[in-house]
Amino acid sequence: MRVALFITCYNDALFPDTGKAVTAVLERLGHTVEFPAAQTCCGQMHYNTGYRREADSLVGAFNDAFRGYDAIVTPSGSCGGHVRHHHKTETAPNVYEFSEFLVDVLEVTDVGAYYPHRVTYHPTCHSLRMLRVGDKPLQLLRAVEGIDLVELPEAESCCGFGGTFAMKNSETSVAMLQDKMGNVRKTGARTLCASDNSCLMHIGGGLGRVKSGVRTLHLAEILAATR
Amino acid sequence: MSRDDVNVVWLGSPTFPKAAHDALQDTQLRRNLKHATTTIRDKRLKAVAELDDWETLREAGSQIKDRVMRHLDEYLLQLEASVTAAGGVVHWAQDAREANAIVSKLVRAKGATEVVKIKSMATQEIGLNEALEDDGIEATETDLAELIVQLNDDRPSHILVPAIHRNRTEIRDIFKREMGKHGIAAPEDLTDEPRALAEAARVHLREKFLRAKVAISGANFACADTGTVGVVESEGNGRMCLTLPETLITVMGLEKVLPSFSDLEVFLQLLPRSSTAERMNPYTSLWTGVTPGDGPQEFHLILLDNGRTKTLADVEGRSALHCIRCSACLNVCPVYERTGGRSYGSVYPGPIGAVLTPQLVGVGTSEHADSLPFASTLCGACYDACPVRIDIPEMLVHLRAKVVDSHRGGVPKPEALAMKGAQVVFGSPRRLAMAERLGAMAGRFVGIRGGRWLPGPARKWTGARDVPVPARESFRTWWRKAGRR
Ligand code: SF4
Repeated sequence: MRVALFITCYNDALFPDTGKAVTAVLERLGHTVEFPAAQTCCGQMHYNTGYRREADSLVGAFNDAFRGYDAIVTPSGSCGGHVRHHHKTETAPNVYEFSEFLVDVLEVTDVGAYYPHRVTYHPTCHSLRMLRVGDKPLQLLRAVEGIDLVELPEAESCCGFGGTFAMKNSETSVAMLQDKMGNVRKTGARTLCASDNSCLMHIGGGLGRVKSGVRTLHLAEILAATR
Repeated sequence: MSRDDVNVVWLGSPTFPKAAHDALQDTQLRRNLKHATTTIRDKRLKAVAELDDWETLREAGSQIKDRVMRHLDEYLLQLEASVTAAGGVVHWAQDAREANAIVSKLVRAKGATEVVKIKSMATQEIGLNEALEDDGIEATETDLAELIVQLNDDRPSHILVPAIHRNRTEIRDIFKREMGKHGIAAPEDLTDEPRALAEAARVHLREKFLRAKVAISGANFACADTGTVGVVESEGNGRMCLTLPETLITVMGLEKVLPSFSDLEVFLQLLPRSSTAERMNPYTSLWTGVTPGDGPQEFHLILLDNGRTKTLADVEGRSALHCIRCSACLNVCPVYERTGGRSYGSVYPGPIGAVLTPQLVGVGTSEHADSLPFASTLCGACYDACPVRIDIPEMLVHLRAKVVDSHRGGVPKPEALAMKGAQVVFGSPRRLAMAERLGAMAGRFVGIRGGRWLPGPARKWTGARDVPVPARESFRTWWRKAGRR
């Protein structure tokens, strides 16, 4: 199986460690992964903000970069969802969000990780309602050795990020964020985990501003952690 | 309220972010909303879970509505023929002004100076009450929540629970202050017990029901084959309006027509569970034309366009017309939950309002309407809740594109420039790598200088959130340096 990494533009520039973690987990499971260097961006931000022409111009390049792979794995539910739903190309159906790929394609839930901390998990809206990943990320987390996984109250309510929404409607976005942070704090977890760095950037930005002491980590980074 | 701010949108409404600003400051409002939406959300989930064919029902509802939209002209003509054959009179109104004029003429022909009203968003949409007032006719809302809103000269904030933003104590104060000015006053010692409030409203309204010669209603459905029109409600006040007065005038949006009577089977299951989380709504009133010696002896059905055929013309946007006004999407919407309905500046609030309002009034016609499709995080909760499966998130994105396109060609806004810039950068991996190196440098510079507070538009982010500092080395650089392929 030829597996390609689709490392989204903001993962590439802002959160490269997530991409490294995805690589580490897949290699630990015995798979070889490739990073097609021609990839840039899936165009989700453009598309969702109404700039369809600009988004369309990126679709062809995306398809060219990923042609010929059996699976294209991405650590972002929202970019993965965008490609699968809106790119009408031959590569679109082969795009998998990281947890989907592990559970559905590789059929593993225990990836041999060790993370002895209290963790709570926020299911991001696009993984939940666009890709319907269900509890796959939680299955993976439950199998992590040493983890103290606690349930997040009102887990399925949106954190308020919403891409450019966070700027265009910043006050509403922040109101939603505050409720999310309140729920995170109720759990007493020291780590907030999610499968999308965009939402984590928003929630983590808020948690950092109030010096909550809670760190945000992408699912892949927890799964990559070992003894 | 001024006279011309009553057509679908409350004209001159601020854009969504501005209106939301005020709503967010109101902590009482936020508490009321949170409490109300959470309660009904949980109840709805339970009511829906009771039916194991719920998804099939949704699909059926969606398909019927789809068919209606494809053959709207035929079904409407059929409806006109059936209603006429049953002794009713059908009127066609292109816009608010036409519809109001028809109603007013009909009421005056009866020599009436007051009317009772029930359940009609369509009449709110066209500002009927205000238009009637101009013609010396007093219209009384008889739905309890709408009465509260009307007495307070307020605006509704929810499709189903227009007074969702008021709590019991506020309602008691409104009753005590206002009821006497319009009829029987509320008792001096009125408490905020729901029973006492309901009783005060009952006494106040009963007098009006018994006197009114003319009633005005909306319609939830109208069946093309039989000419049957229907209203569902919870309090029985609608039943009074629909049976006691001599003349009944129904104002109905074109899209409410259903092909046949048997389609009610689907919608009478979908609607109550989605809206009030009940298995069945307490009152379902159906009438077909007039029946000698029983109920109103004169029936007029006004078919209202007011932007609907324009909406129908847009294939990607038209499913907004499938809406059966159950309000489930409002109750699950995290944006609505924080900002309330009035922030949407329209009779139609929440997710459905965000897609329906701009289409009814036209995309690109005002800053306010153009701001509505952006009032969502695209979290998708509305789509999951909608009993007729309207893909609201997809339509929001479609309308955003229409808004953006309507502004192309002029002087580009900063946002358009940024989007263009990003497109250029993303156009080639080489340009992206270069931009990332520059970004990492700038980011670290800002980081050293304390980048938690950035100036200008970036403050919208940094007001409450730290900015991530770009990584020293991007993933692609790391990959290349590691000599991987
Ligand atoms: S859009 Fe769907 S969920 Fe919202 S009010 Fe209409 S029918 Fe109900």
